[in-house]
Amino acid sequence: MIAIILSALWGVVMMFSGIFFKRKSTAGIIAVLGIVALIIVSLLEYHSYLYLPLDIKGMLTFSAFSQVFNLVAFTCTLIYFLLNASEFEEVGNDVYEYYALIFFILSGICIVTSFNTLLMLFLGIEIISIPLYILAGSDKRNLKSNEASLKYFLMGSFSTGIMLMGIVFLYGATGTFHIQGMHLGTEKPAPMVAIGLVLLLAAMSFKVSAAPFHFWAPDVYDGSPTIFTSLMATIIKVASFVAFLRLFDTAFGKMHVQWQILAAIIAAATLFIGNITAVFQQSVKRMLSYSSIAQAGFMMLSIFSLNTFAKEGIILYSAAYSLASIGSFAVLVKMKDYSFEGFNGLRKTNPFLALMNTIFLLSLTGIPLSAGFIAKYYMLIGTVKNGHYFWLAIFAVLMAAISAIYYFRLIQAMYFKEGNAEVKPLSTTYKAALLITAGLIIFIGAFPNVLINALYN
Amino acid sequence: MNPNDVFITFPELLVWFPLLSGLIIFFLNKENQVKKLALTSSFITVAIVVASLFFTDKKYFNFNNVSYFWLPSLGSSFALMYDGMGRMLCLLTSLAFPLAFLSSYNKSYTKPNSFYGLMLLMQSGLIGVFCAMDALVFYFFWELALIPAYFLSSRWGGERRIQTTFKFFVYTFVGSLLMLIGIIYVYLHTPDLTFSLHSFTNTRLPVGKEEITFWLFFIAFAIKMPVFPFHTWQPDAYEQATPSVTMILSGVMVKMGVFALIRWLIPVFPYASQIYANFIIILAVIGMVYASCIAWMQDDLKRLVAYSSIAHIGLMCAAVFARDESGMKGVMIQMFNHGINVIGLWIVVDLIERIWGTRKISELGGLANASPVLTIFMVVIALANLALPLTNAFVGEFLMFNGLFSHGIWTTAIALFCIILVAIYTLNMVRRVFYGETKRENVLSLSTIDSNVKTALVIVVLIILVLGVFPKPMFELTQDSVDVFMSKVKGLF
Repeated sequence: MIAIILSALWGVVMMFSGIFFKRKSTAGIIAVLGIVALIIVSLLEYHSYLYLPLDIKGMLTFSAFSQVFNLVAFTCTLIYFLLNASEFEEVGNDVYEYYALIFFILSGICIVTSFNTLLMLFLGIEIISIPLYILAGSDKRNLKSNEASLKYFLMGSFSTGIMLMGIVFLYGATGTFHIQGMHLGTEKPAPMVAIGLVLLLAAMSFKVSAAPFHFWAPDVYDGSPTIFTSLMATIIKVASFVAFLRLFDTAFGKMHVQWQILAAIIAAATLFIGNITAVFQQSVKRMLSYSSIAQAGFMMLSIFSLNTFAKEGIILYSAAYSLASIGSFAVLVKMKDYSFEGFNGLRKTNPFLALMNTIFLLSLTGIPLSAGFIAKYYMLIGTVKNGHYFWLAIFAVLMAAISAIYYFRLIQAMYFKEGNAEVKPLSTTYKAALLITAGLIIFIGAFPNVLINALYN
Repeated sequence: MNPNDVFITFPELLVWFPLLSGLIIFFLNKENQVKKLALTSSFITVAIVVASLFFTDKKYFNFNNVSYFWLPSLGSSFALMYDGMGRMLCLLTSLAFPLAFLSSYNKSYTKPNSFYGLMLLMQSGLIGVFCAMDALVFYFFWELALIPAYFLSSRWGGERRIQTTFKFFVYTFVGSLLMLIGIIYVYLHTPDLTFSLHSFTNTRLPVGKEEITFWLFFIAFAIKMPVFPFHTWQPDAYEQATPSVTMILSGVMVKMGVFALIRWLIPVFPYASQIYANFIIILAVIGMVYASCIAWMQDDLKRLVAYSSIAHIGLMCAAVFARDESGMKGVMIQMFNHGINVIGLWIVVDLIERIWGTRKISELGGLANASPVLTIFMVVIALANLALPLTNAFVGEFLMFNGLFSHGIWTTAIALFCIILVAIYTLNMVRRVFYGETKRENVLSLSTIDSNVKTALVIVVLIILVLGVFPKPMFELTQDSVDVFMSKVKGLF
């Protein structure tokens, strides 16, 4: 609870500091301070040293699950800030505002991970989306960035409409907004509930860029400034997944068998489209955009399986995928040329960057001893454990094998191709943060229990 | 010494030692230092394995088995076991690396520290595969052996190395991911929800599901071995990789597939392997004939050895699926012998290429005049390749055919036909390369065959001859694994 308030307040603080401090680099320091404060506060809240006696009428519940996820999201944001501090200054002049918007987004993330009523879900999703529309268009002079922003805004508001429609139908059928109070049984849902369910499924799939609602994603990811793509494709996407899982587990968990096939189809389609299209990309940024769709397909498996493995897995997947993707995007922004050829021979020009990027890519592929493997493993075991649609697990691993094609293409470019990859100068903070990211990935890969046990504190 | 008071066990030592020395080598700069350390480390590994051969008795249980908690929430523990088959394969692995290092000691690689470091990491992964007692740990090592192999053969080697290695990687990656699904499926049906080999073999899967899961495992192993029709990555990968890497790939890595059949596939899925045994034996025999015919037509020495290796592995796969005791004994000893022989072949082929500048059979000839010593080595190794009596391979192949014969006469007859084909292409190759008129002058002087390479060749030839005459220690070493395997298979009848 305190995290929600603090992040919203810190956003305001960021905005006002823009007036008092003129130097751009100060913004990064204040933002890092804010995120560290957020981490400390949520750690204290998690260990129940801090408690805010505020009557929220049961509209939010702060379970261990949501608190652990918030911690993961904050930690990833901290790393994201540390890695991209200098890039923020290059996007435009309104550095303070960018940070402020991100803090507002974090506040939205805390709401969607702990919502208890559909109204709160709606509010949270909107708090996340509106700042994102602005961030996508923050490179004002760039036509592509404008296009991305407009496209995202139009499609986003459309999906919000669909979501509201779904909420209305559900309210009509059950007479409540409380997801626990709907008491939907195992039997075949009434038509109103069914319509509401499908509309919510579509709206949430849109937010997590799952096929066939993914069309906005590649253009928006490609057009937005790279640092904001990195935020959109990682922390925000996994937060939406947590909301997705929470909504469908709590409200529709009992009638799981009725709509499971829809989730299976969405997962399979997302995996297929994301992976196959990513193979053909020539720009690394676009490849990473499609890869983020492909990874969303893997995370959809948790919505499909909806068991303990799925819940533990989504936390692991969030951490593994966000860390590796943020890292990979952070390497990308330091490159002068975003195409695959631009990475040729990075081993020679900057061995450190090449090694780190290799660790991130191996984790994204799902090689053992990296966090990515454990995350994929949990998704797969959840799917197999589910007992239905065994083919989905086999399909998922075949698609994971295809993902090796485009991730390893980048490794090949860096290590085995001759070339002269040009890199922007790197700061010490950047290097240290990149090293920590890689270290965390290997640590989670070797000892995932640390995260899992935190869920059962 | 109290046998129960153990500080570190043999399998742990064998996994961690190459890993650590590999990591240290990454940070060294001087080429000379790197080579010396890598060679020393690989010899120390041999010493450890040899020492471990004296601790095979049951009372040394704690020396050879280890298990500690790792990922308790997944039901997996870091369990390693060191049984007869494991010892034999670890001995092969530990011998293969010094041979590979010795034979290329005078060659310099770009970035030697990465090369030798990755080699030692691969050794650690391979030993881990051979010792793993826990399915998830097995999977971990299975993949961890693959990653260094990928980097080694993409970075150093022929012109088309990047594509061919990637083909190899994707093939094996698909296989291992399918195996992962299989492992998960079996795990969810184990009585005590653990990944240990023991509970895997005690699991009875529902009817109809065992067959599917069997294939998920088998495809992974078939790609690794490789068995027809999953073999297409192999000749390209062997041809393009640098010789020392090829030695490890063909000498040791393919044994992972055969080993996995014996330890993980047939004991875990006894019914399904009975159902499909015939089908797989036929596949393997087709592969043998096919590979032998192609080997006959090859002009490139490396590709010839690669196809010949497919034929030999096919025979091992068929003999494993015949599930007969004498056949199994043959497979055990042949896994070791094939490894040694194929490494010997690669050493000679590499020498020929280095000295004469080509490996095309049509361009070579009369090498015997130039280098009688090399010819003697090559002829001995070639004879071992076609399993002549008094060479090591004869014992193994004889027993494997014996086992196959008890399974089916026709398949054995066709498989035996391959022996003739092997003789044809091997002797043909020896005749055209070493005898006849000299077609080509050496580009490097013969003194390039330094003492290191000679040592490696002498070691190979000694093993060939000693095990050809006196194979008994090998049988004794692997007898317990054969017994365990046969008891699992016999439980069916």
